[in-house]
Amino acid sequence: MNNPLAVIGRFFLAFLATFGRLSIFTGKSVSAIVMPPFYWRLCLQQMMTIGYYSLPVVGMTALFTGAVLALQIYLGSARFGAESAVPNIVVVGLTRELGPVLAGLMLGGRVGAAIAAELGTMKVTEQLDALITLQTNPFRYLVVPRLVAATITTPILVLIADIIGVMGGYLVGIHRLGFNSTVYLKNTFDFMETMDVASGLVKAAVFGFLIALMGCYHGFNSKGGAQGVGRATTDAVVSSLILILIANYFVTEAFFSQ
Amino acid sequence: MTDTPRLELIDVHKSFGTKVVLDGLNLSLAKGESVVVIGGSGTGKSVMLKCILGLLQPDQGQIRIDGEDTVDLRGAARERVLTKFGMLFQSAALFDSLTVWENVAFGLIEGAGMEREQARAIAIDKLSKVGMGEDMAEADPAGLSGGMRKRVGLARAIATEPDIIFFDEPTTGLDPIMGDVINNLITECVQDLGATTLTISHDMSSARTIADRVAMLYNGKIIWAGAVDQIDDCDNAFVDQFIHGREEGPFALEVT
Ligand SMILES: Nc1ncnc2c1ncn2[C@@H]1O[C@H](COP(=O)(O)OP(=O)(O)O)[C@@H](O)[C@H]1O
Ligand SMILES: [Mg+2]
Repeated sequence: MNNPLAVIGRFFLAFLATFGRLSIFTGKSVSAIVMPPFYWRLCLQQMMTIGYYSLPVVGMTALFTGAVLALQIYLGSARFGAESAVPNIVVVGLTRELGPVLAGLMLGGRVGAAIAAELGTMKVTEQLDALITLQTNPFRYLVVPRLVAATITTPILVLIADIIGVMGGYLVGIHRLGFNSTVYLKNTFDFMETMDVASGLVKAAVFGFLIALMGCYHGFNSKGGAQGVGRATTDAVVSSLILILIANYFVTEAFFSQ
Repeated sequence: MTDTPRLELIDVHKSFGTKVVLDGLNLSLAKGESVVVIGGSGTGKSVMLKCILGLLQPDQGQIRIDGEDTVDLRGAARERVLTKFGMLFQSAALFDSLTVWENVAFGLIEGAGMEREQARAIAIDKLSKVGMGEDMAEADPAGLSGGMRKRVGLARAIATEPDIIFFDEPTTGLDPIMGDVINNLITECVQDLGATTLTISHDMSSARTIADRVAMLYNGKIIWAGAVDQIDDCDNAFVDQFIHGREEGPFALEVT
């Protein structure tokens, strides 16, 4: 029973099976993107639900992250008399790392869960079967609009988050840390490079894709009534958060030498 | 050939893991015929329908539609066969994100590529056939009662005027009066269209109203099939027990 080799073997087999299923699902989804018809109306609708309605959550996260970053960096850099670096470090930290990652994590919770719950309910109430019998491919009708919408809107959200985050740092810098407004802004924009923002936006696109993919995958594979939908939702959130952190490392690595 | 069956299942097998659900099922429906398949819960009636629709892949056997074996059809070929079908799901399976009329018109708009205006007019017409007025067209399906949902599902199943319509337990979960209403709607709609129908039920009054022929599914096979008026004096002990709902009989031995 508890033979460690058997446990490892079972775990490995389960991992391979899941990996295989997920690869097939991803392949079907991506090939459905390029095959007509493309449902523009559904895609725009998803951009609204995923993007627009996530603005408050992402905005609040960014505002307070920028603010606390300014405080912490001020304390840290004061130890070697480098307080003036606050604006520079805030903007780099936000655009390269904290903006996309925190927005990704918030969206993983909000959007990943919503997609998995909706598609999971459709699955267990036979709505997916009904779609197929009405000659509509569920990948094209349900998965593609969500994947495309999430991949496009997450970078836009992150760009907004970057701006709000810098503003949060700026407000703390001016009112709490005694920076001069013009100097703070000048330091921010002089120091920031296109690559900082660009790498953050590439990350955001990858995270958006992963969130929607996990939501759709777990939704489509949910079974057994309300409980199954609940489990699918949890799985979608947990797996998208972990994948975001893993992908974050690899995208950072890819941009590292540039 | 006028005697090619509209739908024919030949030696269909389907298992889930070690659990054998369909075990050499044979069934044939002539054009315009209405067959009701009866059988206890969990005997594989829905699985049989899902195999015909291509939602599940049989392990073995043929499913012929107008003489063409459809088991291995995929993609565009599968969609071509699906245009011949209408289906009323057990839970109605209405799309929550769409209005009532959009549900009814779904096959016309997405499947057949019809303009929305034209499809809406047809949907309203089909809704009136199931006794629902135009005022319900913009309603949200989530707010409807079970009987209403079944009616919308029925309207959706007949909207594209298919050759073959499947009904999965159309009256289960409804009160007897609403059940009767649905049964009558089904017979009317089917007569209008001249469609072939395959209905699944464990409701004998439903079977008597809808069926030309009744078949009994048991242990993955059709163990009895005959005209609906033969059912009362058939000598099959299973059928006899089922239609009279008796506790005593061959089934009792296997109740778990
Ligand atoms: N997708 C599936 N995976 C595994 N088992 C299934 C699946 N669909 C149905 N079954 C099993 O097949 C049997 C028959 O189910 P079903 O056809 O739904 O019964 P019913 O005759 O009540 O419609 C049940 O025991 C069910 O558990
Ligand atoms: Mg069933």
